[in-house]
Amino acid sequence: MNHTGTDAAALQRTQGKKASLSSYIAKFRELGLLAFIVILAVGVQLRNPSFLTWENLNDIATNTAILAILSVGMMLVIITRGIDLSIGATLALSGMTAALTVSHNPGLHPLAAILVGVGIGLLCGIVVGFLVSWVNILPIIATLGMMNVFRGLTFETSGGKWVSAHQMPESFKGIATGAFLGINNLIWIAAVIYIVAYYFVSHTRTGRRVYAIGSNPESAKISGIRSGRILWLVYTIMGGLSGLAGVLWVSKFASAQGDTAAGYEMNVIAACVLGGVSIAGGVGKISGVLLGAILLGILNNALPMINVSPFWQNFIQGAIILVAVLVNAMVKRGIDRNNLMRRKI
Amino acid sequence: MAEAEYVLELKGITKIFPGVKALDDVYFKLKPGEIHALMGENGAGKSTFIKVITGVHAPEEGEMFLNGQKVAFTHPTDAQKAGIAAIYQHVTNYPDLSVTENIFMGHEKIQKGTRKIRWSDMHEEAGRLLKELGASFSPKTQMGALSVAEQQIVEIAKALSVNAKIIIMDEPTAALTKNESEDLYRITERLRDNGASIIFISHRFEDMYRLASKVTVFRDSKYIGTWDVDEISNADLIVAMVGREISQLFPKQEAKIGEEILRLEGLGRTGYFADVSFSLRRGEILGLTGLVGAGRTEVCETLFGVAKHDKGKIIFKGEELRVKSPKEAMKKGIGYLPEDRQKQGLVLQWGIGRNITLPALKRYSKNGFLNNRKELDSAKALAEKVGVKAKSVFTLASALSGGNQQKVVFAKLLTGELDVLILDEPTKGVDVGAKSAIYEMISDLAGAGYGVIMVSSEMPEIIGMCDRVAVMREGRITAILNREGLTQEAILKASMDDSSPQSGGKVAKA
Amino acid sequence: MEQRLIANKKDFTLKGFFLQWEWLLVLLIFAVFVMNSNLSPYFLDTANLLDATMGFLDKAFIVLPMVFIILLADIDISVASIVALSSVIMADLYNHGVPMELAMVICLAVGTLCGWINGLLIVKYKELSAVIVTLSTMIIYRGIAYILLEDQASGKFPSWFNFLGWGYVGGIPFILIAFVVFAIAFWILLHKTNFGRMLYAMGNNPTAARYSGVQVNRLKVIAFTLAGLMSAVTALFLTSRMGSTRPNIATGYELEVIAMVVLGGVSTAGGKGRMIGAVLAVFLIGFLRYGLGLVNVSAQMLLIIMGVLLIVSVAVPELKQRFSFARKR
Repeated sequence: MNHTGTDAAALQRTQGKKASLSSYIAKFRELGLLAFIVILAVGVQLRNPSFLTWENLNDIATNTAILAILSVGMMLVIITRGIDLSIGATLALSGMTAALTVSHNPGLHPLAAILVGVGIGLLCGIVVGFLVSWVNILPIIATLGMMNVFRGLTFETSGGKWVSAHQMPESFKGIATGAFLGINNLIWIAAVIYIVAYYFVSHTRTGRRVYAIGSNPESAKISGIRSGRILWLVYTIMGGLSGLAGVLWVSKFASAQGDTAAGYEMNVIAACVLGGVSIAGGVGKISGVLLGAILLGILNNALPMINVSPFWQNFIQGAIILVAVLVNAMVKRGIDRNNLMRRKI
Repeated sequence: MAEAEYVLELKGITKIFPGVKALDDVYFKLKPGEIHALMGENGAGKSTFIKVITGVHAPEEGEMFLNGQKVAFTHPTDAQKAGIAAIYQHVTNYPDLSVTENIFMGHEKIQKGTRKIRWSDMHEEAGRLLKELGASFSPKTQMGALSVAEQQIVEIAKALSVNAKIIIMDEPTAALTKNESEDLYRITERLRDNGASIIFISHRFEDMYRLASKVTVFRDSKYIGTWDVDEISNADLIVAMVGREISQLFPKQEAKIGEEILRLEGLGRTGYFADVSFSLRRGEILGLTGLVGAGRTEVCETLFGVAKHDKGKIIFKGEELRVKSPKEAMKKGIGYLPEDRQKQGLVLQWGIGRNITLPALKRYSKNGFLNNRKELDSAKALAEKVGVKAKSVFTLASALSGGNQQKVVFAKLLTGELDVLILDEPTKGVDVGAKSAIYEMISDLAGAGYGVIMVSSEMPEIIGMCDRVAVMREGRITAILNREGLTQEAILKASMDDSSPQSGGKVAKA
Repeated sequence: MEQRLIANKKDFTLKGFFLQWEWLLVLLIFAVFVMNSNLSPYFLDTANLLDATMGFLDKAFIVLPMVFIILLADIDISVASIVALSSVIMADLYNHGVPMELAMVICLAVGTLCGWINGLLIVKYKELSAVIVTLSTMIIYRGIAYILLEDQASGKFPSWFNFLGWGYVGGIPFILIAFVVFAIAFWILLHKTNFGRMLYAMGNNPTAARYSGVQVNRLKVIAFTLAGLMSAVTALFLTSRMGSTRPNIATGYELEVIAMVVLGGVSTAGGKGRMIGAVLAVFLIGFLRYGLGLVNVSAQMLLIIMGVLLIVSVAVPELKQRFSFARKR
């Protein structure tokens, strides 16, 4: 709050203006994201008419589905003031394991493959959760370390080789390409997960306690909330979702490699911060995260369509994260300032 | 069935922290339906005692009985389950969550089969509780958007929602206006009428007379005594709390009062304080008092460069002052003894010497390179000057008593070339012996020509030490009293007076 | 109230002296040497040992300022990206006609600028943790490198440029000399100056440090700027050793650097740790890697080992503290 020498009246005016812009963003973030999505879609379509084709939209939707599934898990992690950089590696490890399993057992039911993937993911999440909640290692360090471990394990289990499309049975590839009632499986899966997540986060005690832990960790401990357990749970869920995403990814792209999804965690974090999840913890909405994922999914699809070189992607993604967290910070400052002004001192 | 005579009883409680005996063989008895005041100076052990009752700390010695049954709490939830609720001064809630969630966190209402949260039921009951307590905000409001008084109401609603049988309030009226205090009295009596027994900690005799039937006094971690409220006089109570007669305690010398050195003109910081004006002269000790939350520390922080002001001016040594950091403030000549010596005043992991020399490292170094010998010698000299009782300059700050720690922080102030010293609660949590030493030190400093601003919540201290006193309430100065008119009543009246705000005329727009 | 305080050297016990973390590191280095000499008869040859250091010292330069950052209870995961960006810009400029010496200076300037930006963002926007800021700059900086060079390699540097990473002075690798010089400089900075003392104050209690007149913002920016500068120094040596550069060089460096600092006894909670520890950890991890290379451990296995090492380095002091406290009761 730097106010230097402006006269009182002008100060009131500018403060008032800033306050309303910030609270505007806070209240209408979702609407804003939606508007942005529409504008973006229209803009891209004008530049490249093959954007709004059924085929392309399906592609966007399936990619976004995976991103969305991961984002809801990351949202829970970030709400607890944590972060998880290992999800890309967990995804790869689970996907690779599932792919290897079906390539050696082609008669296996696809559901079993999914269970294998989710199982591996859960294990990874349990380990990470243990390190963060019980050993008390900073999430950034624990997940940075485990990211490498899981990635290394991915290479080791595959012996450095890929699992390619012709090694995968049709039933497995069908997980991601199949459809139910005309809508792709992935979208159904994502929808189910979102409904479950919404219920968890809004209507269960454990879900609300996740928010409590992020909002005031010390208070949570004193009021008898088992924050250690819940923290562990959050990372385990993240792992499980990463495992699921791994199977879906490998099925969709019909290939499992050692470096699958390397760096993908950044996409997920970007979707979360765009969606209004606060890095300071305690704040995050399912609707916001969903829209954030959709926006990012569209963006990732749109950029090559308007001839933006793929080498710009990293930079754009990093810029999005930085700008989004800066905007979130500014909004919070505006709200705080508003609260201060309400005090009528 | 014979009912236990006391709903809560504690015998021989001793609580030790590393290097500090926070409670020394303490006794307490609470009858059912009783409102019992717990009084004593800052640091006498009241807060620790409350934490023992609520299960935050386990005592090293002693026993606790609930309705005649012996209990031993290992975790705050044990105490909660036993029907004990505490309402603290400091925020212990979830700012991002709604009022309803804050009230019900830990004991949410759920559907029997599905375990789904019953939001409408919770909101409804929360709303009902709030209305009963006279609150005007909706239970769906975000906690962080409420004022301190409003948050306190939520804390009380929390206690009500668990049907607490023993309710403990820690300085409940400290941040409230006169009207809000009246509301609180009403609520407290209603709680008692509904069957709860209440312990409250307060500095204010007003609270005690109005509500309590019994008063217990702690001093220096020890139990001094319990009296019926109408059988002990104010003066005797003060003696019990302080240990000596007021005049004995304060060796205030008359200092020569020089020219004006600091003047605040209409100083304001949005949300914290407004229209603050006073002046300070060399050799003068200006008291700054008021209830918690009145804005005193915020004013000090603004003077010290920790935060910036939005309105008004600071005139220091004849020039307008705009400091952006404590370093600048110290360079100009303003020093600050922080309110919380452990969090703001000391690096507890370090020894005495390093703590003392931290503000003035330039003095003990050449071109940035430290001179250990010079540093240690200076630190030793300063530590001895303020009378720190320790074995060596390498003794860790964490191992010192409260009083000695405070002396170390004082020693830090002496490393600079300062003109104005702002002392924020200089004797909080300090034993009587060290208190005297500190008062002497403050008198000497004033005598040496420093201008001293002393922030304090302790009436005897203010009356005993200050030449003039500025009283703040809700971010504004309500009175500046001279030594002649300096009585406890005058100060209390100014701290709590709820006359309509017409001073200065500026009302901040929401 | 006259009491004399002791102001001379505090009690020195032999046991206390040897129970320090750094001696454990020395022991471990010894163990690694024993293991390595068993794996290869040529290991204990002096010339060989010196050569071995050339393989891992390139990233060691970043360890030095990273000690500062972790002492402040912060972290910087963008350092690898700064290495990539400064190296890529240097190569790009040189290949567009800029004289190599100038390109090298610009490399250092770029690194310094990147670090400075990190510091500014962290200090001006206190709501953002160092984690999220350096996470985003990590992507941004390497992203810029990709924009500049796409997936090409760039090289063909003048032959004298080789000297940095491959040259010797009086039989000792230049890179080792450079590292030792920098290490001494940083050691002095941390343990013998005001700056270092203030860093420790900030790490232990940032509020008390601020109230004692320490310019916390300025010092934090300096720490991150130094990290950027030393990342650029690493870029010089790494590029020299590789003879060319790509946008994906130095991948994973941040993990190893942080592991070296943490293993060196610098606590992530801030305020504790010594420069000598980090330097010892550099050699410990460096020779460990070398030894693993002797048995042809795969690059992937190495990833796993490094990850585990990082986690163990943080876990051990934490658990040790927890169990000794429990025992004291």
